[in-house]
Amino acid sequence: MNKTGIGARVRRLEDDRLVHGRSRYVGDIKMPGMSDVAFLRSPLAHARIKAVNKPEGLESRILCAADLDGVRPIVAESTLPSYRTSEHWPLARDKVRFVGEPVAMAIGRNRAEAEDLLEEIDLQLEALPPVVNGAVSMADDAPRLHEEWDDNMFLKLSVGQAPATARDKAEVVVTRQFRTARQVMNPMEGKGVVAWWDYRDGQLVVTTSTQVPHVIRNGLSRCLGIDESLIRVIAPEVGGGFGYKCILQPEEIAVAWLAWTRRKPFRWLEDRREHLTAGANTREHQYSITAYADRRGRLLGMDAEVTVDVGAYSVWPFTAGLEAAQAGGNLPGPYDFREYRCQVNAPATNKPPFTPYRGVARPGVCFAMELTIDAIAREVGREPWEVRAENLVPADAMPYVNVTNKHYDTGDYPGSLMRAKEAIRFDQVRERQKTPEADGRLIGVGFATYTEQSAHGSKVFAQWGLALVPGYDEARMKLTPDGGVEVRVGIQSIGQGLQTTLAQVASEILSIPVDRIRVLMGDTGTTPYSYGAFASRGIVMAGGAVSRAAEALAERIRVMAARALECTPEQVRLEDDRVHGPNGSLSFAEVGRIWYLRPDELPEGDRHGGLEVTEAYRPKTDHGVFSYASHAVVVAVDPQTGKVELLDYVIVEDAGKVVNPMIVEGQTIGGAVQGIGTALFEEVTYDDQGQPLSSTLADYHLPGAAEAPHIRIQHTESPSPHTAHGIKGVGEGGAIAPGGAIVNAINDALAGLGVEINQIPATPERILGALLNAGAGKENAS
Amino acid sequence: MKPVKFDYLPARDGAEAVRLLTEHGDEAKCIAGGQSLGPMLNLRLARPAVLVDLHRAEDLTGVEESRDAIVYGGAVRHADFEDGRVPDAARGMLPLVASRIAYRAVRNRGTLGGSLSHADPAADWVCVMTGLGATYLLRGKKGVREVAAENFIQAAFMTELAPNEILAGVRVPRLSDSARWGYYKFCKKVGEFSQATGVVVVDPERGYCRVLVGALDSPPVPLEPVAEALAAEGPDGAVAVLDAAVDTALGDYPQVNRQLYKVAVRRALAQIGATR
Repeated sequence: MNKTGIGARVRRLEDDRLVHGRSRYVGDIKMPGMSDVAFLRSPLAHARIKAVNKPEGLESRILCAADLDGVRPIVAESTLPSYRTSEHWPLARDKVRFVGEPVAMAIGRNRAEAEDLLEEIDLQLEALPPVVNGAVSMADDAPRLHEEWDDNMFLKLSVGQAPATARDKAEVVVTRQFRTARQVMNPMEGKGVVAWWDYRDGQLVVTTSTQVPHVIRNGLSRCLGIDESLIRVIAPEVGGGFGYKCILQPEEIAVAWLAWTRRKPFRWLEDRREHLTAGANTREHQYSITAYADRRGRLLGMDAEVTVDVGAYSVWPFTAGLEAAQAGGNLPGPYDFREYRCQVNAPATNKPPFTPYRGVARPGVCFAMELTIDAIAREVGREPWEVRAENLVPADAMPYVNVTNKHYDTGDYPGSLMRAKEAIRFDQVRERQKTPEADGRLIGVGFATYTEQSAHGSKVFAQWGLALVPGYDEARMKLTPDGGVEVRVGIQSIGQGLQTTLAQVASEILSIPVDRIRVLMGDTGTTPYSYGAFASRGIVMAGGAVSRAAEALAERIRVMAARALECTPEQVRLEDDRVHGPNGSLSFAEVGRIWYLRPDELPEGDRHGGLEVTEAYRPKTDHGVFSYASHAVVVAVDPQTGKVELLDYVIVEDAGKVVNPMIVEGQTIGGAVQGIGTALFEEVTYDDQGQPLSSTLADYHLPGAAEAPHIRIQHTESPSPHTAHGIKGVGEGGAIAPGGAIVNAINDALAGLGVEINQIPATPERILGALLNAGAGKENAS
Repeated sequence: MKPVKFDYLPARDGAEAVRLLTEHGDEAKCIAGGQSLGPMLNLRLARPAVLVDLHRAEDLTGVEESRDAIVYGGAVRHADFEDGRVPDAARGMLPLVASRIAYRAVRNRGTLGGSLSHADPAADWVCVMTGLGATYLLRGKKGVREVAAENFIQAAFMTELAPNEILAGVRVPRLSDSARWGYYKFCKKVGEFSQATGVVVVDPERGYCRVLVGALDSPPVPLEPVAEALAAEGPDGAVAVLDAAVDTALGDYPQVNRQLYKVAVRRALAQIGATR
């Protein structure tokens, strides 16, 4: 077996530079003559701009919307029925629609000076009544965010048909309301951009912390109104993206415009306060669910309404409709039932524009669905794992097309749940619960199972009505004169280890070890087109492209080596870092030497395409491929304080053929810890005027090392028939299930007290409040 | 998020700090560890024209021991307590409390005097020094004056310090060998500010007994009926009167918060019985 090929536990090639702080992020880039930009942000959630008055003499250093000649607004189109577009100007015109919206920018020799200049601006606003949540937005007399609309709805559609038969046949009906909080993604590195004019290439160079450099080039070309050939976008090292960096940002446009018009370097670096307020843009869902089941808890049908508070504007290219449409489509999850209806609402509110975050909609739908399953189980008096297992799509039904036309390719969903139950030592937990704990805490165990649609193909995106539809990813690959490999891909690493895993895919085919394979990425000037890193698509799409390119390069190598080895190309094998013929072998360096340095040794008149190839790839099907996992958790709830401790956490995941188990484990753990934040800690709170109240990390609580339990992971492998090597995507998965699993465990712990938690984060205040309301929180033990 | 422009003036000792503060008047502010002031500067909530830095002032970083008490310099850092670089007057209480202040990075720089002068009601030292009956040494133009811990904080973030005074030292009475203490704080997660703090110190040899509830909207509040019951009947007697005492003292607080305060004090009381 190839020691660094697919499936090998190769250490990440990235970590040496990252751990030693030797890499280069946007904030590390310094250009001669560079100015810092700071943004004046709206202090009000909803207001009409009466005037932006600049002090005399500072006209060239302070700019507002009227100064940005030629700039066009961000407009994200979609063909989804009922969907409305918004015009999002990089600097607000006429109105501001959320606290933190950029209104003007100032240019300083450094950031402090730029912020000093902001204080000189006299911003005149006329306050309008704020629309602070979805319910307010959808009320008949709601103030209008976008005055040309006849209501506040970005999207309003109905998925499926009323579950009429289920309703008639149901022996059990369970109705619940669920809520998830608005969150901020908090990558360690915030957004940032440095832009300058390159006189030699005649290009505007925009170095930006993004997941999608090629897409940002498309977007900048639209919004600046200049040809793509005039723009080069470079993503340097990116310190986490999570979706926050997969969209075109107003600040990117504004800073690029400065560099384009002034031919000088400009920089903006987002600070944490900007991130926590203007970037408070994700996860906020409300559900109303009625589930119909038989007396054993077998699901017959479901009637649901999902409202996603999508904020003020529609982000490009993913739109304000994507999250809600996905919520409606993904709510049925891994379950087998045939009747489903979901009313989907995406109301505009005076909050930052909603951006897809790791898991996109699924952490919300998984939470709602998994709590519904447990509620049904309690209603019919059976164990939640039993009811769950009986409702999951069974292995022998694969491939399975579910009620919302999702094509589940491979897997054993009930099997993963049963393994998780075994690993969490479920029977021991039930035994332990029979005796009161010495410290008075209550023990609970919970499960959640989900599917993760990864590497959605073109048809899926087209179905969501997006104007920019991802399809092929491309890879360029070259054998260097000394027998190494350079791989160029347009996708971007955001910390997920793609340089390692893509090298492993190339290594698998070429037999060259990964330490001789350089993966270069994230630069529109040097790499072929890619839609970028999002939607768990990287290893499937870019991995597939690298696989194709490696096959093509291998073929070129075989043809060339066949001459030297005096055999036919078909007889040439690439193995153990060498090129073998029937009667001898060559090193890759010898192949490279012949082509690049001694072409005179090639037979005359031979035609050969060289040792550099570009290939494009897209999976055989467009339905996406489905990873899945079951999470199981044991909690201890302190009934006197409402505090939850995670005692044990198990994940049984299946991502098809695994390229590097250590990387899958790392991503799964990282995702799960973000999910723990969703479940227990993270919440942007607003006052009744739409003012964000959690503007520092002292108020917005992220889980830290002390809050992360030791997470035990088991792998299973159900390769996809549709992708190169059977690989499925896995980047988002870990973040999806913790909310459902943890709150199910909390409700298990509180089962005897007449309390049910249906909202996340499940903070101590929420749990204790519920206990006190139920009269169960008065304690007598310490 | 960058501060407004300021001048930075490091003080060699407490006297120089007082001189600099007097000279620059309202425009000046002290900084020691900067763990609270730093963020406020960056957020431009604090906008001093002059920062007088105390953290290298020689007479503020030392310790003076006497038979009955230890005086800690105002610029002694949390980590100095945690790591045992300064002696402990309170039978293990000071190192333990210090080790749970925020995160290690904060403890490396944050100082005792800085925390007390900032006067956040949720701060550990604010509650503990009041519980121990410490005395604060305030140095001003006319020398040093003494203020009891319980009289130092007027309201959240407001203290007895005059604009040109510094908190030069904290005198902590030594606990006797038979003394017992308890400390419990409820935090959402490790390192976050306390939402409810209970402090119990009982030292029969010195006839000293104090029970406090802290992390309120205001300075910590002594629960006298609980302290009396503790002195007379022990922890069980104290627990018996706790709920009523908290309800009386904190009647305006929401039920959930009152519950957390009761739990914090009860758990601090429970530590009294434990061997240390």
